[in-house]
Amino acid sequence: MAVPLVFFGLFFAYPVAAIVGRGLKTDAGWQFGRIGEVLARPDIGDVLWFTTWQALASTALTLLIALPGAYVFARFEFPGKQVLRALVTVPFVLPTVVVGTAFLALVGRGGLLDEVWGIRLDTTVWAILLAHVFFNYAVVIRTVGGLWAQLDPRQEEAARVLGAGRFAAWRRVTLPALVPAVAAASLMVFLFTFSSFGVVQILGGPAYSTLEVEVYRQTAQLLDLPTAAVLTMVQFAAIGTILAVHAWTVRKRETALRLVDPGRTTHRPRGWAQRALLGGVLLTVALLIVAPLAVLVERSLDAPGGYGFGFYRALQDVGAGGGTFLVPPLEAIWNSLQYALAATAIALVVGGLAAAALTRRAGRFVRGFDALLMLPLGVSAVTVGFGFLITLDEPPLDLRTSWILVPLAQALVGVPFVVRTMLPVLRAVDARLREAAAVLGASPLRAWREVDLPMVRRALLIAAGFAFAVSLGEFGATVFIARPDHPTLPVAVARLLGRAGEMNYGQAMALSTILMLTCAVSLLLLERLRPDKTSGEF
Amino acid sequence: MSTTKKMTGIALVAALGVTTLSACGGGDAKDKSAGASDAPKPKTITLVSHDSFNVTDTVLKEFEQQSGYTVKVLKSGDAGAALNQEILTKGSPRGDVFFGVDNTLLSRALDNGIFTPYEAKGLAGVKPEFVLDKEHRVTPVDSGDICVNYDKAYFADKKLAPPQTLDDLIKPEYKNLLVTENAATSSPGLGFLLASVGKYGDEGWKDYWSKLKANGVEVVDGWEQAYNERFSGSAGGKKAKGDRPLVVSYASSPPVEVLYGEPQPAEAPTGVATGTCFRQTEFAGLLKGAKNEEGGKALLDFLISKKFQEDMPLQMFVNPVTKDAALPELFTKHGVVIEKPEAVAPEAIAKNRDQWVKAWTTLVVK
Repeated sequence: MAVPLVFFGLFFAYPVAAIVGRGLKTDAGWQFGRIGEVLARPDIGDVLWFTTWQALASTALTLLIALPGAYVFARFEFPGKQVLRALVTVPFVLPTVVVGTAFLALVGRGGLLDEVWGIRLDTTVWAILLAHVFFNYAVVIRTVGGLWAQLDPRQEEAARVLGAGRFAAWRRVTLPALVPAVAAASLMVFLFTFSSFGVVQILGGPAYSTLEVEVYRQTAQLLDLPTAAVLTMVQFAAIGTILAVHAWTVRKRETALRLVDPGRTTHRPRGWAQRALLGGVLLTVALLIVAPLAVLVERSLDAPGGYGFGFYRALQDVGAGGGTFLVPPLEAIWNSLQYALAATAIALVVGGLAAAALTRRAGRFVRGFDALLMLPLGVSAVTVGFGFLITLDEPPLDLRTSWILVPLAQALVGVPFVVRTMLPVLRAVDARLREAAAVLGASPLRAWREVDLPMVRRALLIAAGFAFAVSLGEFGATVFIARPDHPTLPVAVARLLGRAGEMNYGQAMALSTILMLTCAVSLLLLERLRPDKTSGEF
Repeated sequence: MSTTKKMTGIALVAALGVTTLSACGGGDAKDKSAGASDAPKPKTITLVSHDSFNVTDTVLKEFEQQSGYTVKVLKSGDAGAALNQEILTKGSPRGDVFFGVDNTLLSRALDNGIFTPYEAKGLAGVKPEFVLDKEHRVTPVDSGDICVNYDKAYFADKKLAPPQTLDDLIKPEYKNLLVTENAATSSPGLGFLLASVGKYGDEGWKDYWSKLKANGVEVVDGWEQAYNERFSGSAGGKKAKGDRPLVVSYASSPPVEVLYGEPQPAEAPTGVATGTCFRQTEFAGLLKGAKNEEGGKALLDFLISKKFQEDMPLQMFVNPVTKDAALPELFTKHGVVIEKPEAVAPEAIAKNRDQWVKAWTTLVVK
């Protein structure tokens, strides 16, 4: 418990509190009057309203589209499943400006929808909502699907033998077991869409603004810290409310479950209904996720003088042009991987310890801590980044120009994933197993190792995958900190896109494709780490 | 058996995390003690800048060899964000010199007192119109013009003369052709708004923008979307089937299109409407509380040296501010010289910027 507390306090609570305090406290003392003033502004009211409803709508739409997918990925065996699961996580790592472009090629003017049916969705809310589904599909697939795959189907079968209908059996047996995971996924999707930044800006145009966009504008552009501070507090309040509701709905439902190895629960689809379901899900994934990614790849290959690897080759000779602008792509990949690995390690240690502590202890304080760990997901990167600047400026913690700040900031966003993915599984472990181990003479550590660990191993890998993907694609905090001699892939892409010229654009597309492949390959490797499927010792 | 293997794996991951953490802590401590112990003459100069800063390696190396310093560059976000970070860390800066405050933000930097005055060697060679601060808290380094660019092929096809002035843009023949950036979040967007303020005055610009809006101007959030996505004359815009032949960009964009064309075209595919421009000047300054003041001063001298000034155009696509710096052929051949850019005094910008942007947002975006 101490490690996560210190980490969270030092690298989140303290910097954010300091920057908010800087905004609200002047020489004349605390200016709480500002809160009312800012909230009374009609434009702020509009922003709040839009932020909330688009996040709710996005979350609902994501669940609607992704839950069937979670089932299919959890229960069916089909060729290319692992690759596809890695692929749906790719949107997570891509710079929004790149994905926004690809998305516009589908739903925008002259896009696929436009040419076939004459439908244009750019600058409408639909483009924003669909893009949010695109980005968050993997959250549902991985969090819900991960648990679903470990639920013993025989329990549902038993219920049916006892006379329950197919739906009744599902509703009584499987659904309650899934609720915590579904709630965790919805919560994460909500927090992500509530704090949506790039998607709203690019696909919605300047007419739409979220709280996050407003905080960025007030802090980074206008340096109106008082207004930014008030908005940050509003964001806190909103997230706090959501977390409270979440805790209230989930608390009673987390029960000990019979978890089995996922290898035993999957089978090839049987009958027309299952095949149709699989087909439908595959079609959705193809249209919603693979198609925008394919557009990107297509553009990266559309080199002058015909399709080919021209842009990729051009990436090799950036050294010749000289300057601090670019690094060879291999080096950028290596930088990105190093940062992401360090961030994943930090997130796993901090998040894992926190999740373990949260399973063992109960009580108000612990529940509050649970909620606190989620806050970084809903707080603007610019708030945290600027907070770092004014707090971590004295030895022994003058980290402002240190590379470690990048993985630390990235881990902040990774920790909630680790905690959220592991908690449902950890809580599902029957406490009696641990007690039995203790009675048989095992030390608490041994009991954890023999009882909990084998069961949470899968969740741990899923969590690591998320933390890794989030870190690989993180841009907001990285851009403030990354040193030019060590730019990450997303930073390098952004630099290229900021310049005119065919080669710059093409190279940005090529680098984005490389980022995409790096992510997919890393996730596949991570999944391969999963030990033998047949181990049936529990 | 398999359990032990898994255990080892987990332990390894955990150990890795701990060692990474401690390794970093250690590395940092070492950095610090090294910095503190050889206090007499620090060997490193840290330059803080925005993402667009760039210099040719060999040029920088030469400066390092001559001065005996090592230059460390720290880039942090776009120009606005980078400056605001300096204001927040006032007194305890991350570096010695800050480069990248432009005339739209100059007053904010000066009012917050983040710079120590220093008259750089060679300042006499800088064209006087760029020396905006008489106390020399900042040194002008480069200048560039934000202008409407046009797609030459489009206007040739339509047998229509491309627009040249702000007044042209509200004529019916150019209806629904222009895309610009959000003045609230994008620096070319703000520059274009200021061009209209410079031309039509504190009140007249609103009227101009109502007409521009009636003439179908499109506003997107950032330069990347406007230029790479919506503008039909750029490489990205062609692929994205952009259909706006007019975009707010820079006077240097056409030469850049030539430089990064493959193969390089004989003539730039885009042109500049010379009567639509706002001039941006970028400054650098010695940060108050700099650990290496001497080095910082040397770096400022270097920024207005002939070597750096002549390197700049092809690295950052801006113009030199010194009289003797020659422009590269790319600029003289494919670029344009803007004779009469619109200008607004930094004090006026400082005083009214937020209110102008707010009024603009209400008028054009909502």
